[in-house]
Amino acid sequence: MSPHGNPEVPASSAGDVESSAAKVPAGPAGPASADSGSTSSVSTSSTSPTPDRSVWPLWEVFVRSSRGLSHVHAGSLHAPDAAMALRNARDLYTRRNEGVSIWVVPADAIAASDPDAKGSFFESPQGKDYRHATYYTKSEGVKHL
Amino acid sequence: MAAQNLQSVPDQPAVPGRDEADEQARLEAEGQAYFDKVMAEDSRIEPKDWMPAAYRKTLLRQISQHAHSEIIGMQPEANWISRAPSLKRKAILMAKVQDEAGHGLYLYSAAETLGQSRDKMMDDLIAGKARYSSIFNYPALTWADMGAIGWLVDGAAICNQVPLCRASYGPYGRAMVRICKEESFHQRQGFEILLELSNGTPAQKQMAQDAVNRWYAPALMMFGPPDDDSPNSKQSMAWNIKRFSNDELRSRFVGMMVEQVRVLGLTLPDSEVRFNEETKKWEHGPLDWEEFKEVLAGRGPCNAQRLERRREAHDDGAWVREAAAAYAAKQARKHAEKEFAA
Repeated sequence: MSPHGNPEVPASSAGDVESSAAKVPAGPAGPASADSGSTSSVSTSSTSPTPDRSVWPLWEVFVRSSRGLSHVHAGSLHAPDAAMALRNARDLYTRRNEGVSIWVVPADAIAASDPDAKGSFFESPQGKDYRHATYYTKSEGVKHL
Repeated sequence: MAAQNLQSVPDQPAVPGRDEADEQARLEAEGQAYFDKVMAEDSRIEPKDWMPAAYRKTLLRQISQHAHSEIIGMQPEANWISRAPSLKRKAILMAKVQDEAGHGLYLYSAAETLGQSRDKMMDDLIAGKARYSSIFNYPALTWADMGAIGWLVDGAAICNQVPLCRASYGPYGRAMVRICKEESFHQRQGFEILLELSNGTPAQKQMAQDAVNRWYAPALMMFGPPDDDSPNSKQSMAWNIKRFSNDELRSRFVGMMVEQVRVLGLTLPDSEVRFNEETKKWEHGPLDWEEFKEVLAGRGPCNAQRLERRREAHDDGAWVREAAAAYAAKQARKHAEKEFAA
């Protein structure tokens, strides 16, 4: 059907989709039917076997919602380069004036703490209540303190 | 792959020796204990945390199906952009369809954190191997359907999605928060379309009623099969992914629609809707679950058309993806040469 063709003529060939459509996607990788035979010789940095199927890198998007506030993580997206990542981020994460500034960061440039080291990595502040104002109770009731 | 540092794919030793197997078992047990604690505290699981394989699989299925639904869901409405009755309605419809694309992308991102590549998900959808919400396999026959889809279909979606904002998997919950914020505009604009038609000529009012009549039952079925025929629900609720049962949400939705349809000056095509004073729940007439299963199995009125259109759009967009990749490669080369020269 053409994109602006007769709206919604119920397909006469509804039976074309075989019942395998009922299968759930979560199974092991089946033969992905990458049938767009067009092969360009574009090779983006990596060693992707089929150039037109090369995976665009993942970018993490940070949005500053208004001046004076810090950039906050909004989500992620795929894009071939930083310029496209910025444009896509604008369209994807600021359709309603959610931002005045956007950062995009290659996801693999982010170093993250190891979640398995939860305990030990964040151990140091524990038992150091005296780093909080609430630790000091004797001044309770004293004004402006 | 680039997303690697955001995922936890447990390394399997190539040839597990005895010590390695023991170590693996110890890690599993530790992971499970931590996971159980997170569930008991109603806290959140994040991508790098250990999680049971079945939890990962369930989430991946649910989130990817949800993403596919948003993407396929663009079609019934996109078909009406060129026929919207005014410039205002056209602009609104375009914004809504763009939102659906955005929602699909938020959700694909969330699914990717579970270790599935986006290309694989896209391929599964195009190959007809993935499921999406059965509702989008019904045709949108008149302009009033834009109203009924917004009011009933997006209304049901909101009912389903608000509790998902508290889903135990962090990235899913965060995507849902963003989506829910945007959905409410969708429902209201649909309501307005119906209200205007309902207050128009008798023929327009009839068109609005006809659309409500056709979308009512499919919208109720969006909540999924009845509780006693929904095998996965219990586990999903134990994992804090799902917060309320299918029937519970459906009943709430019916209650809301009963109120709202009065304001519209229309009626619901269901003579058995009533509030049960004993259970304090709204009840509705029987739904055709055979039809639901048929549509889900790929034999609904528009399944073939929807997939064909998606395939076409994907193929038609191939040159854009190639051009963007070529441009990025060229810019990177230029940049590298400059660096070298400097």
